[in-house]
Amino acid sequence: MTRVFGALWQHPSGRIGLFIIGLYLTLALLGVLGLTPHPALKQFMIDRLTGPSASYWMGTDLLGRDTMSRLMLGIGQSMLIAFASVAWATLAGTIIGLFAAWLGGLWDGVLMRLMDVLLAFPAILLALLIIAIVGPGTFTSVTAIAIVYTPIFARVVRGPALSLKQRDFVDAARTFGSSQRYILSRHLLLNLVAPLAVQVTLALAWALLTEAGLSFLGLGTQPPTPSLGLMLAESKNLMQQAPWLMIFPALTIMLGILGFNLTGDALRDILDPRTQRRTA
Amino acid sequence: MSYVVQRLLTFPLILLGVSVLVFVSIRLIPGDAITAMLGTEAGMMTPDQRAALAAYFGIDQPVWSQYSRWFLGLFQGDLGVSSIYAKPVLTVILERFPLTLQLSLMAMVIALGVGVPLGVLAATRNERPSDLVVRVLAMLGQSTPSFVIGVLIIYVLSVFFGMVPAMGTFTPITVDPWASLGQLFFPAVTLGFAFAASVTRISRSSMLDVLSDDYVRTARAKGASPMSVVWRHALPNALIPVVTLSGVEFGYLLGGAVIVEQIFALPGLGRLVLDAITQRDYALVQGTVLFVAFNFLVVNLLVDLAYVALDPRIRLGSR
Repeated sequence: MTRVFGALWQHPSGRIGLFIIGLYLTLALLGVLGLTPHPALKQFMIDRLTGPSASYWMGTDLLGRDTMSRLMLGIGQSMLIAFASVAWATLAGTIIGLFAAWLGGLWDGVLMRLMDVLLAFPAILLALLIIAIVGPGTFTSVTAIAIVYTPIFARVVRGPALSLKQRDFVDAARTFGSSQRYILSRHLLLNLVAPLAVQVTLALAWALLTEAGLSFLGLGTQPPTPSLGLMLAESKNLMQQAPWLMIFPALTIMLGILGFNLTGDALRDILDPRTQRRTA
Repeated sequence: MSYVVQRLLTFPLILLGVSVLVFVSIRLIPGDAITAMLGTEAGMMTPDQRAALAAYFGIDQPVWSQYSRWFLGLFQGDLGVSSIYAKPVLTVILERFPLTLQLSLMAMVIALGVGVPLGVLAATRNERPSDLVVRVLAMLGQSTPSFVIGVLIIYVLSVFFGMVPAMGTFTPITVDPWASLGQLFFPAVTLGFAFAASVTRISRSSMLDVLSDDYVRTARAKGASPMSVVWRHALPNALIPVVTLSGVEFGYLLGGAVIVEQIFALPGLGRLVLDAITQRDYALVQGTVLFVAFNFLVVNLLVDLAYVALDPRIRLGSR
């Protein structure tokens, strides 16, 4: 683990990525602890739509709320949804993929065809369908994004699990009388950590993007909870008078996704020897 | 060949699964459909009117018979009746689809037109400054969501050029091709931006792979010019992963159109899905989602078949 972190830090894009993720987690934590420059929901009516200044580093919005404080809470909200949804997707996808590969035959066919059905929908559309059923909100966003990414994890796990299952060390473990549970967790799962780690990091980037997209459409995080997508959507009508309301949320979304993408790419370089020469 | 046969056999199965999933999810929505459809007006109906309406929409039947009726209707192009437009769902979809299709195709042309040359350029100038610039740009592009790019494009156009991109209007390409292409240009750039970045990355890495192949070295040894080696010998093989990516991405473009059409206020299929969801027109939600998923599946099937045709190694089953 520390070895991988060391290698990531040595990798040029890995270092930038880790730095961005660290910065975002710090900002999110400060936001959660209430250590924002101003209370994020407080309306300073006298300072409505003021540009960036010493007191409001990133300006204020139409209701006189401090953009930077709202961004900090927005990052926290995005991170919460991204991490929670990817955690669920990883868990569900790994279990499904592992069992499909291990049990094989009919189970494999049924489980993977079910995953194919979910993959037949463009991600945002499947998320919208789920939101149509449950109604928008934080919990719905987590569920929707988790369901959208579960089949991807199932596929990522099933392929390598199938080939691991054929390997001699698994047969050997069986001959020694290891239990199925031991073989699955020790021999299969442990060997799947590398491809999973890459996928998890890249999925976090996608989850951030999807969450911001859903909030942008007004179907994700509901106001008054600050969210990056919604802040960007609301800035559209004011971009002439108050461009800071658009530029800072836009940059915040981009940079966050970039951080996870860079880390994911670096991780793939480090963990997958086949691509070591290329894609940096 | 077995791969193609397997693919063709599972296709209807997945389609059936998709239709069940869409149907069941709509039935999971809490509350009864008539109240959802009419809102407060539902309270003013007599029980007889309510029953008549339920019979009209077929929702007085048990669920499995509703499903079989709906499913059989699909083969006759009957997707039900939209409650907000008071028109058959298929008619509404077909009115909106040309815009979304044109938008997605334009986005794809832009993405491939920009991405492939940039990727090839970067690969032939491996590790030199121009390669690094392209790689950094591609990474940034891949991390920029369409709604960020869309809002930035509108901002730059309106503040620095004093122009407002044509919003909310759409001329069909059959009526006035130039006006139509012009109206959809910026939306298509918005939609194709991140896709162009991934095309660049994929074509770069696949070009690098191909350039180190033996047959490319042979072509060089036989005295083929560097340009001809890259474009005639290497490019066709390097494009195979790009084709696969394009197929998958095309479906995402259809989905991504939801956001882009919202930003530019375009009356396409994406906006229709969104309106159907926010106004709780369930027949329309069901129909549009199924329609997009169906297109997505068909495109992916075609790409898989094209892939087989392009790559003799798969066609001959030696892989």
